[in-house]
Amino acid sequence: MKTIINYIKSLFLWELLKGLKLTGGYLFAKKITVQYPEEKTPMSPRFRGLHALRRYPNGEERCIACKLCEAVCPAACITIESEQRADGTRRTTRYDIDLFKCIYCGFCEESCPVDAIVETRIFEYHFEQRGDNIITKDKLMEIGDRNEKQIAADRASDARYR
Amino acid sequence: MDMLSTFWTTVPVTLQIVIQILAIVLPLSLAVAYLTLAERKVIGYIQARIGPNRVGPRGWLQPIADGIKLLMKEVIIPSGASRALFIIGPILSLVPALIAWAVIPFDDTLVLSDINAGLLYIMAVTSMGVYGVIIAGWASNSKYAFLGAMRCAAQIVSYEIAMGFALVGVLIAAGSLNLGDIVRAQSGSLAHWFWLPLLPLFLIYFIAGVAETNRAPFDVAEGESEIVAGFHVEYSGMTFAVFFLAEYANMILVSALAALMFLGGWLSPFQGIPLLQGLFAWVPGIIWLLLKISVLLFLFLWFRATFPRYRYDQIMRLGWKVFIPITIVWLLVVGVAVLYKLPWWFD
Repeated sequence: MKTIINYIKSLFLWELLKGLKLTGGYLFAKKITVQYPEEKTPMSPRFRGLHALRRYPNGEERCIACKLCEAVCPAACITIESEQRADGTRRTTRYDIDLFKCIYCGFCEESCPVDAIVETRIFEYHFEQRGDNIITKDKLMEIGDRNEKQIAADRASDARYR
Repeated sequence: MDMLSTFWTTVPVTLQIVIQILAIVLPLSLAVAYLTLAERKVIGYIQARIGPNRVGPRGWLQPIADGIKLLMKEVIIPSGASRALFIIGPILSLVPALIAWAVIPFDDTLVLSDINAGLLYIMAVTSMGVYGVIIAGWASNSKYAFLGAMRCAAQIVSYEIAMGFALVGVLIAAGSLNLGDIVRAQSGSLAHWFWLPLLPLFLIYFIAGVAETNRAPFDVAEGESEIVAGFHVEYSGMTFAVFFLAEYANMILVSALAALMFLGGWLSPFQGIPLLQGLFAWVPGIIWLLLKISVLLFLFLWFRATFPRYRYDQIMRLGWKVFIPITIVWLLVVGVAVLYKLPWWFD
């Protein structure tokens, strides 16, 4: 009996019609497309995009050249050289990140004892010249200065979990 | 209007025919172009996306952009390919899809060539289409292309039989090979159309039509995910575009034939219903035909968005062990019905 029913069902394309009904319903469903440049998906405060170096509110750079980030970086994309500054503190003379090597894991940010290196929400960037992929300390500081407000807000909103 | 018709009679006959051909082929090409857009839109909507909407208002210029892109691309002919056949392949698959339109009646009188053996002509011409695919696959001198061509040949030959039998049913029911007469034999009302007495044949014709045009779920010849693109892996630029034109032109042709033979062609669906008949009497027949074709074309797209590809042996099983027996049985039923002049349809 069951085989007969199954045979009749398959002969009259029962399951195919059920499939058509399902997809036909989706024809009128709400569309979930995000029209990218005009619309953007919501972003987490933990988003890991382009890097930046931060400053203290008084304008002093945070980085103390401890090289923890350089050590922890699994892609070995950070290069740091340091020197003693005139006031006796240790500061970086060179802080390069090779963005081609970077895997945006966020370990550098986690390892940093002074919250100097951070990953920002910026993800729309490109390089036009060979060598542009290595961002220097100046560029990192500039990105940090430009986005300090957003960076600080993101850290604050996530502080509970850190 | 009078001036126009007197002017028309002064035009040489050859030129008249050329103009008529252009009047069919140009709108057809446009329909093919916009069918590609409709396909992307419909499949997008079914997948909860919105589909192309960037080129022109709401994406309406997308097919033109695609056409220009394909025109500008280089036509690469593989060094191991048979040059002449490589070019002939796509042409041979497009031409049958276009010349079949010569006998399609768009209206009671609107037909390019009103020949008696119209249906036979269409059967003969559309069967040629498979040569384009086979030649293309063979001339490419590539394993995938050859595999696709072999699959395509076996599949189209199998389904041609079921399709032919379904058409024989229409012949018995209408008593004519002339497509115009076939449509006229269905006049009366919606229930007089052949889809009702020939329902199994209608379904089999349409499914076989999907298989004939190598559309999903019967697209093993193309087999995007298993043999890359099947018979047209080696094609690029305009030669590639011609294959697509042929596929979509064939889809429109199969839909048009199904509309003519089973859904009453240019006849109004409100025929025979007292009030509505008069209300819709002003609608020209060609509009009804185009509407029916559009609905069937939508089915093509809906199928593609719904069904996964049939396995090769399942295709063969369906064609030989399901469709052909059913059509033969139903031919018998139709034959008996016609012999005893079954009222309503065959009296």
